[in-house]
Amino acid sequence: MAVLMQQELDSLKKKLLVLSAEVEGRVKQSVQALLTGDHKLAQKVRKGDAQIDNMEIELEEECLKILALHQPVATDLRFIVSVLKINNDLERVADFAVNIAQRSINLSNDGRIKCPYNVAAMAEVVEKMLKMALDSLVESDTELARQTIKLDDDVDNMHRENFISVKKAIRKNIDDLDGLVYYLSISRYLERMGDLATNIAEDVVYQVDGEIIRHGGIQGCQ
Amino acid sequence: MNSIKIDNPIIEVENLCFFYGDSQAIHGVDISFPEKQVTALIGPSGCGKSTLLRCFNRMNDLIDISRVEGKVLLSGQNIYDRSTDIIELRREVGMVFQKPNPFPKSIYENVIYGLRIAGENDHKLLDERVESCLKGAALWDEVKDRLQDSALGLSGGQMQRLCIARAIAVNPKVILMDEPCSALDPKSTARVEELISELRKDFTIIIVTHNMQQAARVSDFTAFLFEGSLIEYGLTDQIFVKPRNKQTEDYITGRFG
Repeated sequence: MAVLMQQELDSLKKKLLVLSAEVEGRVKQSVQALLTGDHKLAQKVRKGDAQIDNMEIELEEECLKILALHQPVATDLRFIVSVLKINNDLERVADFAVNIAQRSINLSNDGRIKCPYNVAAMAEVVEKMLKMALDSLVESDTELARQTIKLDDDVDNMHRENFISVKKAIRKNIDDLDGLVYYLSISRYLERMGDLATNIAEDVVYQVDGEIIRHGGIQGCQ
Repeated sequence: MNSIKIDNPIIEVENLCFFYGDSQAIHGVDISFPEKQVTALIGPSGCGKSTLLRCFNRMNDLIDISRVEGKVLLSGQNIYDRSTDIIELRREVGMVFQKPNPFPKSIYENVIYGLRIAGENDHKLLDERVESCLKGAALWDEVKDRLQDSALGLSGGQMQRLCIARAIAVNPKVILMDEPCSALDPKSTARVEELISELRKDFTIIIVTHNMQQAARVSDFTAFLFEGSLIEYGLTDQIFVKPRNKQTEDYITGRFG
């Protein structure tokens, strides 16, 4: 029984890692499409979302099957619960990548205007957070997970500053309103991706240590 | 050993050692059981959980070569004192066994067996007790029209509930259950588990089980034993979600034992 369940858990972890790698790739592509104005790449991200959705459903079904058939406890139970949540978070990250790709297409269609904030810098931090969160998942590294969580404050601050920059730019040139609102949305999508990377990191801590650190309960991270 | 402090213990075990001849089965166990709660004893076969359970009503006295060291306090009184009345002890600490063991008598007589032995002959009182105990054991509706039928004609699940009715008829403080569902099908098991959950309102229950999910479902506290030692004792939720001890974790996740 334990050996059978272990095989299923190993297979589940592999599938989660495949999904992680796919989602990470989508985020990179969507940011690249935005920065370079690559219409084709943006379309590719948009159209590929169904694949991520299917992977998410498949992973969830796998988790439910293990729960029903093996009734795991302790570390195995925490692992499955974390996979269920991380699975959901990854699918949402991919949705935001699609949103960024869509905004990138909108910006190109409307005649691209200059971004009033440093979108590349923000995307770099968010991509770094995602990578760290997923590495912490692979390595069961709670220290790395906690470092990921700390970075979320930087992303939140960037979004706040971006909001001010966009408002200023609108006041300066109301004709660019549509494009500037797209950029504001993009900042918001990146900020939400940071939140989801934080969720993943929090779930890694729960999975490894059994400690729930959500909602400001972080010890030794401040 | 990882352990939890119990505020209102009904049974307190102090440095209990148990020997079968030269072989030591229990090694200095200290544990307290809370009143009107369900505590599950879990551990691999041969870890001493049934032996420990049987120490609480001195069932092990029946084994000639056995020997006990340490104390078992029931409501503060050491049950291993010379002055202990064993019959009275077993009235206070009842037991339900792995295999249902009704007496070859009617359902009615099975329930009131303990009261009869104690000399009770008041028919009205006995009738009332039969009804209340069978209701308490969730068996009344199924047998109320055939109380004089032989208990041996009942199904396995009904027999086990009858044994529980017989145990509660003498109004014990504690009920010991040694794998009470291991011979029952899932439906009968579910009924006995529901019953355990009902009985915790009035009785302290200590249950030995090999079924991890059963321990998780029915108990408030769980104690994990390994090779005659208590390894971890705590709230069932905590043990099954986040055990403190690696051996406990390995056992409940099926990695050994």
